[in-house]
Amino acid sequence: MDTTAPEKIPFLRDPAKLAILYQCLTILGVGLLSYYLIHNTLANLERQSISTGFGFFKKEAAFEIGEKLISYSAADSYSRALLVGFLNTLVVAFIGVVLTILFGTILGIARLSTNWLLAKLSAIYIEVFQDIPILLQLFFWYAFFYEMLPAPRLALNPIPGLFLCNRGLIFGLPQAHSAYFYAFVALGLACLMIFFLRKWAAKRQAATGQIFPIVKVSLALFIGFPLITWWLAGAPTAMNVPKLTGFNFQGGLSISPEFTALLLGLVLYTSAFVAEVVRAGIQSVGKGQKEAAMSIGLKPAHVLNLVILPQALRVIVPPLTSQMLNLTKNSSLAVAIGYPDFVSVAGTTINQTGQAIEGVALIMFVYLAFSLSTSALMNWYNKKIAIVER
Amino acid sequence: MATMEKTPHRKAANSIRPPATSIGVIGWMRANLFNGWLNSILTLVVGYLLLLTIPSFVKWAFINSNWFTTSEQCKAGSGACWSVITANIRFILFGFYPHQLQWRPLLAVLILILLLFFSQNRKYWKKSLAYVWLLGLFSMGLLLKGGLGLEVVDSDSWGGLPLTLLLSVFGLTAAYPFGVILALGRQSDMPVIKSFSVVYIELIRGVPLISMLFMSSVVFPLFLPEGVTFNKILRAQIAIILFTAAYIAEVVRGGLQGMNRGQYEAAESLGLNYFQAMRLIILPQALKIVIPPSMGILISAFKDTSLVVIIALYDLLKTTQTTLTDPKWMGFSAEAYLFVALIYFVCCYAMSNYSRRLEKELDTSL
Repeated sequence: MDTTAPEKIPFLRDPAKLAILYQCLTILGVGLLSYYLIHNTLANLERQSISTGFGFFKKEAAFEIGEKLISYSAADSYSRALLVGFLNTLVVAFIGVVLTILFGTILGIARLSTNWLLAKLSAIYIEVFQDIPILLQLFFWYAFFYEMLPAPRLALNPIPGLFLCNRGLIFGLPQAHSAYFYAFVALGLACLMIFFLRKWAAKRQAATGQIFPIVKVSLALFIGFPLITWWLAGAPTAMNVPKLTGFNFQGGLSISPEFTALLLGLVLYTSAFVAEVVRAGIQSVGKGQKEAAMSIGLKPAHVLNLVILPQALRVIVPPLTSQMLNLTKNSSLAVAIGYPDFVSVAGTTINQTGQAIEGVALIMFVYLAFSLSTSALMNWYNKKIAIVER
Repeated sequence: MATMEKTPHRKAANSIRPPATSIGVIGWMRANLFNGWLNSILTLVVGYLLLLTIPSFVKWAFINSNWFTTSEQCKAGSGACWSVITANIRFILFGFYPHQLQWRPLLAVLILILLLFFSQNRKYWKKSLAYVWLLGLFSMGLLLKGGLGLEVVDSDSWGGLPLTLLLSVFGLTAAYPFGVILALGRQSDMPVIKSFSVVYIELIRGVPLISMLFMSSVVFPLFLPEGVTFNKILRAQIAIILFTAAYIAEVVRGGLQGMNRGQYEAAESLGLNYFQAMRLIILPQALKIVIPPSMGILISAFKDTSLVVIIALYDLLKTTQTTLTDPKWMGFSAEAYLFVALIYFVCCYAMSNYSRRLEKELDTSL
């Protein structure tokens, strides 16, 4: 009698075998469901005689798009129309993100201000704008432009050179001149120089302990270099100011009511969330950190730069990126107020060609690409700033 | 003993009142509004801006406003025209629901408010509350849909506030179990189940809700066999459920990860299998942790239901817009949108306030 031989575990009690069984069942279930859906879809498509695939890309789009960054006409193909929409989404998202970070940070700091009036007003703003659906806010701003603002003839003129009317936002721009191009190149060069200067300064400080006034020099380079280039290239000061001729403005840069309403809505809504993120980040750094930094004799600028900000940013950046992604996703609501973003163009394409599956898949793919690339960037950043633990 | 007697006496005799500028209204203003030159300037600038806007707003919204007039009288006046709301309130709140039957959606909304009111008290958090909710949801559905002696109302004519509430409350209730399963799947050791869950969650969280709604309105009918059709509201509801579940999954995952490792080990050492351990030990604790963040999801689901406007469902926002396309009431968008914004704000503010309170009450840490 051999009692040492291990007792055989019954099949249904063995976690390892059960795990395999469950996984097989899951695969089977998902497989059957997708087979069923695909089978139905193919049958339906055949019955309605809709062809599948992206062949419609090359066909003539035959619809106009109001706002475009690249040349486009109704005679162009669907793929070009979709590209126009994609670029429009990119523009709104990019400008929106920059303005939101600026405004949200100011709001978050104002929320913590020792000034009672400012702190209370910011708190009210944050609560109110968070609690009203973004779509409703977009509708409101859209109506604001079309119903509440006057015609160009009576346009509001809050700042010289800037006009607000039911044709949108119109403002003056410097007259085109090659000097601006050179100044722009100089700005790029200045950024490059600052990058290498910082590296060099850090290396020198590590080797010799001498501190290089990096902030002042960087600032001087960043502002001074383009300015000098502009001055050397002839210092043009002519402005292209909008003028009222007939029923509308001529000259200057005019931004459509749809774009302005979308941008305004997105920025005001998302800023309320960003403000909360910034506030939480600032509050997460303990008071002792600041006191300790000051007691070892750091200057106020260094306290902020070397002690407070690195710790606060570690808390702020992850939720901030998810807010920026939200803004990008919410920009798809442009379709409701008639701004031709990617979803809007894709929607028109679906209606005209009947290629519903391809159209929706394309929309999902574009936004997925946005969010996956952002989270890849986030993971890299998180790894870089993670606290090194031993 | 002697010093103890002496102290109060001396205090009473020699106490000096603080200077008048550091107490009372002046002191408060010095401490909170005019501490430092930067704050003084800010106070003055903000005060000036408020002085510019608030009186003219009050004049527009209250003093010169019209409340129960015709649209002609409104157009003649200079103030806000709240008549656009009062004249169309039944359409805005209930959409195309038959006029003489509108007491039914009203009753359904009141039942929901009553249920929410009772559920916020933690004294009533028992199993019986779940049954009361089921009963409540069932009777709400019955009231809206009809049947059992009530006249049947086709769901195409549902609209307004009941539709908004229906989509968000049913959406969250149905999405919760699905979200919990997804979260457990994501935490699982089985590679197949884990990868399915991860792909689903990340896919849904990466796309905007509007693409899901598009899918529900144009792609979903293609998935069904010939002859089978779902109505538009149900399709939108399914899209909202699928969407919300991914967000719930992430919140629940946070709760699962926040649990002490020892809880899992203790459950295993008691000889509980996976399902018993989850049902009896892990989930009751994890779900309690995630109640406040779940409220956040309810709030955003409630706001997000307004997106069904884009696929032409008559929710609260769409009925308001429809009112504004009536030539009689055209041009009063500001008033109408402010009214809808007020409804949304009151609901969301109540919920977020409650969730903050709950967070404090449920916080067992020191």
